[in-house]
Amino acid sequence: MMEFFRFLGAGTRASFAKLGRATFFLVDMLSGISSVVIRPRLLLKQLYSVGVLSFLIITISGLFVGMVLGLQGFYILSRFGAEETLGVMVAASLVRELGPVVAALLFAGRAGSALTAEIGLMKATEQLSGMEMMAIDPIKRIISPRFLAGVLSMPLLAALFSAVGIIGGQIVGSGLLGVDDGAYWSQMQANLDFQGDIINGVIKSVVFGFVTSWIALFEGYDAIPTAEGVSRATTRTVVNSAFSILGLDFILTALMFGDN
Amino acid sequence: MDNLNSTQNSLVSVHNLTFSRGKKKIFNDISLEFERGKITAIMGPSGTGKTTLLKIIGGQLFPAHGSVTVNGRNVHHLKHDELYALRKRMGMLFQSGALLTDMNVFNNVAFPLREHTQLPESMIRSLVLMKLEAVGLRGARDLMPNELSGGMARRVALARAIALDPMMIMYDEPFTGQDPISMGALVLLIKSLNTTLGLTSIIVSHDVQETAAIADYIYVLSEGKVVGQGTPQEIQKSESEWVQQFMTGAADGPVHFHYPAKEYMDDLLHSEKPLFSRQRPPSDRNAKRRRYS
Repeated sequence: MMEFFRFLGAGTRASFAKLGRATFFLVDMLSGISSVVIRPRLLLKQLYSVGVLSFLIITISGLFVGMVLGLQGFYILSRFGAEETLGVMVAASLVRELGPVVAALLFAGRAGSALTAEIGLMKATEQLSGMEMMAIDPIKRIISPRFLAGVLSMPLLAALFSAVGIIGGQIVGSGLLGVDDGAYWSQMQANLDFQGDIINGVIKSVVFGFVTSWIALFEGYDAIPTAEGVSRATTRTVVNSAFSILGLDFILTALMFGDN
Repeated sequence: MDNLNSTQNSLVSVHNLTFSRGKKKIFNDISLEFERGKITAIMGPSGTGKTTLLKIIGGQLFPAHGSVTVNGRNVHHLKHDELYALRKRMGMLFQSGALLTDMNVFNNVAFPLREHTQLPESMIRSLVLMKLEAVGLRGARDLMPNELSGGMARRVALARAIALDPMMIMYDEPFTGQDPISMGALVLLIKSLNTTLGLTSIIVSHDVQETAAIADYIYVLSEGKVVGQGTPQEIQKSESEWVQQFMTGAADGPVHFHYPAKEYMDDLLHSEKPLFSRQRPPSDRNAKRRRYS
């Protein structure tokens, strides 16, 4: 029995210690951003590998999600004779929820896991330690540019996801199922609020980008420097990012849309 | 008086250093002096914390007790910026080379120059080519690290370590896993760099012959203590059993062949179960879960 409590206590202490390390890491990472601003070339390279290389998966997924929304929305809305509001339904669900959330989940799987594996392997092969001994701060040189790239790419990718999804919905809705093209777009324009829907979606995706990049980079930096350690860290990145994204989405939604 | 002189002459001094990892004492109150312009070797069996010592000198690890001074400054009392300024003057050669895998050889050697100086690209190019020439790899400048052999990677790392013209270089196991030819090349390189650049070199190694051939002074470590020290000749003649076992490579001696364990017969005759009911290895988490479920 005592052993059980000891086990419980050790686990709790370890997770708080990790949270503490993650917080210190975040502070270092944020303070390293100033040196990234001076050297934008570091950022550009990361924007390419974190953002641009995620383009394809985001575009294709966005298209299919939009097409499914178009189909499902049409079947339900046509039952009430409201199929001309399909555009509102597709756009609102994408811009408010699916765009930021699904794009962030895909981002965690595509870019987050890659970041963790990269940083973890750099640690395992002593590249980070070597940099420290060359008097180059690896947080400033390696971590901060990747973090900033993640935070900047995420809202853009989410916007791309929503835009492609809306087109996908339109292809299915007006192309295949015969919803009026003009109604699709004009209903969307009339009923979507820039502040309430679009800006809130962007805020969500910025938060998700921040959290996902933080988790991915910290897990890599904190990984046990062995093959098994890096593989576990990569798994933890995807799992923890997914939990954080979905949990935070609920909280943010409650805060943003709670009073209307 | 002797002691005072040696302290003034040494670039790095380690005083009464104690360092533990978990419950195991890696260093127990050791003191070492590394003289300017000399090659000092730290030798000892694997697992005696030789690499740890280099990381303590480089300020990456903090000792429990004792002090490390490099060029008159206590490494562990420096502020972050001061430590980084000091590290620019300390080169370190990692066992793996620690080359940045996303850059070619040229850019790896240019890396510290580009990070720390505002030199024009033409001057960086000349400097890098000079450093690469010194290690004999000027022709390999366009290769990527994964295209290099282990010995070549270590030589590139050496070129990178001397890129900023440091006052000292720490070599972590420079000879391990090298074929005789690249081993010979490295021995020659370390010696010639030391004399031509006036570097202070610290070599951590367990390759007795190679290290003894170029070292000016040797410390032999075992179980957290200095068990022997002196010039290579003195060490060879040492009467200490530890030192003799190490230098001749005897399998058993003061350093036992067997890792500490319970009696062999006991271990064989008893099954695992009763043994593990009281002390389970910490990694076996599932066993714990099973018990409480």
